[in-house]
Amino acid sequence: MVDEALKDLADYVAEKLEASVHGYEFFNDELVVNAKADHIIDILHFLRDDTECKFQILIDIAGADYPERIGSGVGRFDVIYTLLSLRNNHRIRVKVKVAEDEFVPSVIDIYSAAGWFEREVWDMYGIPFTGNPDLRRILTDYGFEGHPQRKDFPLTGYVELRYDEELKRVVYEPVKLTQDFRGFDFTSPWEGMTDVQLPNELMGDEKAEGHKMKHAPNHGWKGTGKVES
Amino acid sequence: MNAIADDNIDIGEETQIKPFTMNFGPQHPAAHGVLRLVLEMEGEIVERADPHIGLLHRGTEKLIEYKTYTQALPYFDRLDYVAPMNQEHAFALATEKLLGLEVPKRGQYIRVLFCELGRILNHILNITTFALDVGALTPALWGFEEREKGMEFYERVCGARLHANYFRPGGVSQDMPAGLMDDMLEWCEELPKFLNDMESLLTENRIFKQRTVDIGSVTEAQALDWGFTGPMLRGSGVAWDLRKAQPYDSYDEFDFDIPIGKTGDCYARYLVRMAEIYESIKIMKQAIENMPDGDVRTNDYKVTPPPRAEMKSSMEAMIHHFKLYTEGFHVPAGETYTAVEAPKGEFGVYLVSDGSNKPYRCRIRAPGFVHLQALDFMSKDHQLADTVSIIGSLDIVFGEIDR
Repeated sequence: MVDEALKDLADYVAEKLEASVHGYEFFNDELVVNAKADHIIDILHFLRDDTECKFQILIDIAGADYPERIGSGVGRFDVIYTLLSLRNNHRIRVKVKVAEDEFVPSVIDIYSAAGWFEREVWDMYGIPFTGNPDLRRILTDYGFEGHPQRKDFPLTGYVELRYDEELKRVVYEPVKLTQDFRGFDFTSPWEGMTDVQLPNELMGDEKAEGHKMKHAPNHGWKGTGKVES
Repeated sequence: MNAIADDNIDIGEETQIKPFTMNFGPQHPAAHGVLRLVLEMEGEIVERADPHIGLLHRGTEKLIEYKTYTQALPYFDRLDYVAPMNQEHAFALATEKLLGLEVPKRGQYIRVLFCELGRILNHILNITTFALDVGALTPALWGFEEREKGMEFYERVCGARLHANYFRPGGVSQDMPAGLMDDMLEWCEELPKFLNDMESLLTENRIFKQRTVDIGSVTEAQALDWGFTGPMLRGSGVAWDLRKAQPYDSYDEFDFDIPIGKTGDCYARYLVRMAEIYESIKIMKQAIENMPDGDVRTNDYKVTPPPRAEMKSSMEAMIHHFKLYTEGFHVPAGETYTAVEAPKGEFGVYLVSDGSNKPYRCRIRAPGFVHLQALDFMSKDHQLADTVSIIGSLDIVFGEIDR
């Protein structure tokens, strides 16, 4: 049940910005416009100033990483601009796809609020914005390396720091884990099974035919004694 | 000859003063947490304020990608730890939207009740510490006592004063204990007396007004340009409140007003917050009076745990419980941006699900982050002491800014 006014707006925007957008879609009644990254300034200018739109507030700029898109011709990252119109009480999301080495034009001249949002996206995902006068890191440590919210960046990071009593200062060291990250795989073999899992042995089902188990435990295992190598 | 000497010759007799760079924080009582501010001063006048943030960065967004939806929820308490339940609300609503889940009426009313309690506690803390920053000690002493009473309600409903973990996708974790609503109603009746006392100390106080009136003025256009929301936006005269404009849960059934400020300065923001406390009391009273009976959370046991008594006899309930607390529930693929009117402004969650039991991406839009960004233009050409006033009126908490 999509709001009629929002649907009209979507058609209007898609028609007016035909050259810059790929189309629009609705997620749970929320309007998402897919756009070209190098046209983002024109798009946001239009959305802010057009009398039908009047999206005066830039609520958020978010990044998102889809590493499986590398090499598919579609950019690896999403940059999502969330706008709010007080006059029409509408929200709109403008989504652009960006490749790893691609630059995105900064929208700081349209919305001053974009400054820190772009800094954060740069910090977390390494997407550079051209035209942002102050594109420093924002949330991570001084001298931090890497972009932590990329999916290929480990959750634990690479360095840890502690205060060194002898040197009388904080030192950085490679991260040492006394215990592995407890990421148990609880995904049920019966629900939410993918096609990849189906033809092979079912997860958790190997005990039914214990003699076929590839990795039988060393102790306490009273199987048939035949363990395949 | 070097260039500097040439410059001096050009200027002649005049002396050139280099702006003095000063470090403010990160350990400073008026920095409201771990704010490091690099100030470029021209004498006592602030030329440029450069906030260095991230000292409290814990990687919440990254961590949530590795947790199930149930495990992700308590991280929201730790964002703005002054009003924890309002944050949980945003995440619960976002998850419900993706799941297409209906929350029973009683669950919605309890949420509204505790969101408004959170708003009152947040505003009390902000106003009193703001007053402390500009030199008034007494409101802070009085305010913390009242705040403590409110925290006790938190404790009675969920067992924790701060990190509540009370709102869940589908409702709230448990019903309120007997007698709690009566005590809350009594507190709502008594609170205006305390507020009157506090107002008599601040509103017409000469020192307080000298420190706040015409300080950090923001016009409507500036407020929109800098992405202000919540009391910061309303202080500049924009009547915008998500509880009215895009009502969630049952806010459309409540009768309340949106106070707005006229001048957009620190004093106006103080007045807006003060008036909002009275409106929140109104909402709390209505919620208590009209509290419906029934379930407090959805009885879809694929998402919420079955009652404990049922688990003693029903095998199916047992399995549901086990699966929920190990694997968690799967959320259909999709994305949503869901926002609530948190006490500090619009708190939004951009949630992307890939159909698994963990969020693929959970972006947290914190109002304080946006407001702190504007400190530079707000404090320009003000005195150093005024910067302290402005920080106080921004209502920043570093848990949500650094995430």
